[in-house]
Amino acid sequence: MFPNRAAVEGVADQMQLAEVKGRSLWADARTRFFRNRAAVVSLLMLACVAAFALFGGAFAQYEPDFVDFSLIGSNAYLGVPSIETGHYFGTDSNGRDLFARTVQGTGISLMVGVVGALVAVIVGTLYGATAGYYGGRVDGIMMRIVDVLMSIPFMFVLILMLVIFGRSIFMLFLGIGLISWLDMARIARGQTLTIKNKEFVEVAVATGVRPSKIILRHIVPNLLGIVIVYATLLVPNMIIFESFISFLGLGVQEPATSLGALINEGSRTMQFGFMWQISFPLFFFVVTIFAFFFVGDGLRDALDPKDR
Amino acid sequence: MLSFVVRRLAVAIPTLLILVVLSFILMYAAPGGPFNSERPLPPEVLANIEAKYGLDQPFWKQILNYVVSVVTQFDFGPSFQYKDRSVNDIIAQGFPVTLTYGFWSFVVAVTVGVSLGIAAAIKQNTWIDYFAVGISIGAQVLPNFVMAPILLLIFTLWLGWLPGGGWNGGQWQFLIMPVIALSTSYMASIARITRSSMLEVLNTNFIRTAQAKGLPMRRVIWKHAMKPTILPVLSYLGPAFVGMITGSVIIDVFFSTGGIGQFFVNSAFNRDYSVIMGITILVGALTIMFNLVVDILYAWIDPKIRY
Repeated sequence: MFPNRAAVEGVADQMQLAEVKGRSLWADARTRFFRNRAAVVSLLMLACVAAFALFGGAFAQYEPDFVDFSLIGSNAYLGVPSIETGHYFGTDSNGRDLFARTVQGTGISLMVGVVGALVAVIVGTLYGATAGYYGGRVDGIMMRIVDVLMSIPFMFVLILMLVIFGRSIFMLFLGIGLISWLDMARIARGQTLTIKNKEFVEVAVATGVRPSKIILRHIVPNLLGIVIVYATLLVPNMIIFESFISFLGLGVQEPATSLGALINEGSRTMQFGFMWQISFPLFFFVVTIFAFFFVGDGLRDALDPKDR
Repeated sequence: MLSFVVRRLAVAIPTLLILVVLSFILMYAAPGGPFNSERPLPPEVLANIEAKYGLDQPFWKQILNYVVSVVTQFDFGPSFQYKDRSVNDIIAQGFPVTLTYGFWSFVVAVTVGVSLGIAAAIKQNTWIDYFAVGISIGAQVLPNFVMAPILLLIFTLWLGWLPGGGWNGGQWQFLIMPVIALSTSYMASIARITRSSMLEVLNTNFIRTAQAKGLPMRRVIWKHAMKPTILPVLSYLGPAFVGMITGSVIIDVFFSTGGIGQFFVNSAFNRDYSVIMGITILVGALTIMFNLVVDILYAWIDPKIRY
């Protein structure tokens, strides 16, 4: 029956070994994630984009707000991307170095995306977990508030806010923060409802742990899987959102810039043949969004309980 | 069912009120107004203007007047910037345009998105599937403010097939690019949702039973799988519709179609608060109404769902 006894024992040994080591849920997800080639490549690309945003400035030959007056009026042939002049990505229509501005814009766009996602994770998760844990009337009221806020067209309210209180990055963060946590709260609540009836929560309740501690120690960590997935999918949305606002000219203030503002400027001049002015910012925009989507998808596949 | 509709309405009405009050407070809190010009107006002129627009009254009275006139007469007051026009005039001029291309974008996004998603799910892991997934990812990273200049570049500047902008009473040549630019990313999302939803439904027991009974695949999909597949799509349509109305801002800027988006941007830069508020409230009301309709449809299709 056992033609190769040694091999069978080897397998048995391995199984024992695996049992001894134990595989946590996270380790399991990690191996699954790294098996997903698209997700890993995207993660590397994200790392490159982040490195570009962080350290790219060191390679720039010009300051982002330096106006090269020698180029005015002759941008079409002197402002083209070239290594010799030091304008790697060419110049924008005001004679500023596009490489330095793209570095800055990528950084600001990434920051907006990450800050929006962070606010969503912190506020949304705590809010949702609290609503779900207490249930009953508290849940009803808290979720109705979310419903009400969700039906407000926040894009318009944010534009109203930016017009009224002036454009500033703080206002932008505030507005994006106000919107981003709503979906997260709903998701966190839904998950909490399934978690709160598990034994370990019941034990915690029975031993008299305070509700705030139960939420923070027992419920929130168990929400993290779905929250992380959702946050990675939220980042590109936040970047698109900010770009939209910047595109309207209401986002970050000159001379600071973001990818949306750069794309906006580029789109105005491309009909004159200044294609580099839109293509470089657009490239970084598309790559960043693409990568975040794939990483999010990969994480979802890796953490999705249905696949286990 | 009736009690459900009543309850949803009971949320919708205060939402709208909150929106009206919120935008009014924001406007009231605004430092500087539309009449603060570089050359200060003589105080008596300013007083006259303020009296005309009711700005001299106490805050609570102003807000009460505003809410009452909005709620009872749909009157959003006069525009600050265009002295001879009311906000209602501006909305009446721009809104039909926005609705026209918004409607067509919606139709295109839903029909193309749903069929693409279903085709991808049925032919999973064939070239149709890869094609559909590829398109939907590609379209998702190209939001409308990126799509619009690219379309203009290709169809107007390079090929010269389509007019670069304008409305011209909504002739089809003038509609094509706005509709494409507005619908693609929503189409992509709808295709993705439909695909994954259909795949999930096709793996359920009742579909397997239907197949085991020997029903032809076509019938299984249309009669049995369609309804549960469409539910998640339906709940996406609320936000999608809002997105399309909001996207009007971009479409109007690029294609000079003259929809409400254009007025919104102009007023935003000119601090024409009454127009901004009017449009915000209008879009809010539409959003709330549309979400209501979607929720009711949802409950009607799937009687198991009760909120």
